[in-house]
Amino acid sequence: MTAIELAVPRRMARPPGRALTTLRRGLFGSWLNGLVTLATVALLAVIVPPLLRWLVIDATWSGSAADCRAGDGACWAFIAAKIRFILLAFYPAELQWRPVLACVLMLGLLAATALPRFWRRELAIAWPAVIAACWLLMAGLPGLIAPVSSNQWGGLPVTLIIWAVCFASALPLAVLLALARRSNMAGLRLLSVAYIELMRGIPMVAILYFAMLILPMALPAGQSMDKILRAIIMIALFWAAYIAEVVRGGLQAVPEGQREAAATLGLGYWRIMQLVVLPQALRVVIPGLVNQAIGFLLATSLLAVIGIFDLLNAAKASAADPSWLGFYDEAYLVVAAIYFAFGYGGSRYSLWLERRLHRERRD
Amino acid sequence: MAVHSSPRGWRALVATTLIAASSLTSGAAFAGPTLDKIKERGVIKVGVGTTPGFFAPDSNGKWQGFFIDYGRALAITVFGDPEKAQFTSSSPQQRLPALQSGEFDVLLSGVTVTISRALKLGFHFGPTIFYDGQAILARKETGVKTAAELDGSTIGVQSGTTGELNIADFFRKSGHKFTPVTIEDTSEFIAALEAGRVDAITQDSSDLVGKLTQLKKPDDYILLPERLSKEPLAPAIAGGDDRWLELVNWTVNVTIQAEEWGITSKNVDEFLKSDDPAIKRFLGVDPSLAETIGLDPKWAYTIIKTVGNYGEIFDRHLKPLGWERGYNNLWTKGGLLYSPPFR
Repeated sequence: MTAIELAVPRRMARPPGRALTTLRRGLFGSWLNGLVTLATVALLAVIVPPLLRWLVIDATWSGSAADCRAGDGACWAFIAAKIRFILLAFYPAELQWRPVLACVLMLGLLAATALPRFWRRELAIAWPAVIAACWLLMAGLPGLIAPVSSNQWGGLPVTLIIWAVCFASALPLAVLLALARRSNMAGLRLLSVAYIELMRGIPMVAILYFAMLILPMALPAGQSMDKILRAIIMIALFWAAYIAEVVRGGLQAVPEGQREAAATLGLGYWRIMQLVVLPQALRVVIPGLVNQAIGFLLATSLLAVIGIFDLLNAAKASAADPSWLGFYDEAYLVVAAIYFAFGYGGSRYSLWLERRLHRERRD
Repeated sequence: MAVHSSPRGWRALVATTLIAASSLTSGAAFAGPTLDKIKERGVIKVGVGTTPGFFAPDSNGKWQGFFIDYGRALAITVFGDPEKAQFTSSSPQQRLPALQSGEFDVLLSGVTVTISRALKLGFHFGPTIFYDGQAILARKETGVKTAAELDGSTIGVQSGTTGELNIADFFRKSGHKFTPVTIEDTSEFIAALEAGRVDAITQDSSDLVGKLTQLKKPDDYILLPERLSKEPLAPAIAGGDDRWLELVNWTVNVTIQAEEWGITSKNVDEFLKSDDPAIKRFLGVDPSLAETIGLDPKWAYTIIKTVGNYGEIFDRHLKPLGWERGYNNLWTKGGLLYSPPFR
């Protein structure tokens, strides 16, 4: 029904029993393929056995730092002792159910958002509600729930909350920016272009320093704003520029005829956008948005430069404890696994969604 | 308002602004804006780093270390409660601007006292609590025994620290050449050295001693004998609050004076029975001194009881990492620690 066609790799029907032939052709089809295959096998033979020995066979699974130093392998005892700190950092231990619950809520919201069957109006209400609930869980409420200063937040909940809140608040702003950039009003267009280009021309670290150092001076005297809140505001403004460009791509993919047809029906600008253009445009850019979201998740590790204990920073600090000194490899490995789970999950999800939306469109 | 329309109105506006501004600044110097803010907030915001022994979180997420104990001591001085210090880690590039912007009330992150930081940037420094010096840790396989033999080598330096300038000065003076490799993160140093990306690394010896214990083969490396610099590490605060500065000064002095008198966290209660009038004043048995200076008579007692004297703090956090007292000993024992009298 529409001219938007996505290049989706479709599974080819393959007669059974040919799999082995295909495999052989793929691996040794030509002399070049054969060479690459052999080189890869050789490389794996060099890398994998020592890695396995370090990861599993020689690893120390329990005990103290001294036991670990006596062995040659990885020190998983260190992770056992530090996993709480890596995931939750300085959050008071007796209240740790709160950040855990916040994480669960946030992951639940992300999972619900990922499934097209939940794409209803309620989701737009659920987002601010869950974010508010998470904030309440983390910060507490004076008098009712024991307050915990944001100075003590850290680890996975901080990474997740900053990421989700920034992305969620950047998206509406980005849509407005993208619309403004394609607007007929020259002044609005210029403003939008200037904003997007300015933000994209600044590195994220500079944005974070701005949030940390310049923003407090810009506030009226005597007023202070929470550091994490400051970071969230600046990052959301920053990410909006990137997302706006993705959304603009989607707007361009919607044929002009759609808008004209809607206009002939007598719809105004906002109704056209809301009912006709944006639903199609956003659908097209979902893979692009997921891609951006993964990139942004990894970028949250830059929060370390302004002293926020995100997941990576907490892992790094965990290896500075004199009684567990220097097990950086293990700490980084655990964090890498967590980031990978999110990144890989996101990319598989994006593929699945593309395929599904494509099927829907053809039906 | 018509103020802006006439030249006279302009002048009035400028005059009012100037008066307002001057009264603001003079008021600030007198009333002690930092201390007021601290008391209103109920916690002291302390900027720290992450160096083993000096400041690092333990497995329960509680900060521990040599400088951390001084943060707790400060909280006792102001609030009588060691838990009223809020520690936040910051990178070397960020900590001084953050102190200036009011993000921190005090930096206990191992800041070196220098004249430009004091006079150009306007920071104030408390007493030196750790006498450090920049040193070089080299790979033994390069065959060097002294820093002079490092001609033409590659040396890792941390960006944004005085160390970066010191090593450049040192090589310029000796006429040798070196290639600096700037590494932002402290923990990356070891990786760079072990991987052979650099022949040597240079940092304050405090950092290098902590690193030696982390190296997989500590025997493959040599700490060169030269000290490239004097690095007196002291608490730093923003200018404009004399009372706050003095509280920082005398909190440090309490730990030094206590060690000089042999008062420790364990025996401090026995010293309450001491006949020495100076000790009586010091511990608040005789409250006359505390009353005149406007502090709780028990503040010094509580500091010693809670975090201990200088020697105890040192032995608790730095001795296990292989530190010797060296310069960081009492003046009576050949060191540089000296507290002015409590009277």
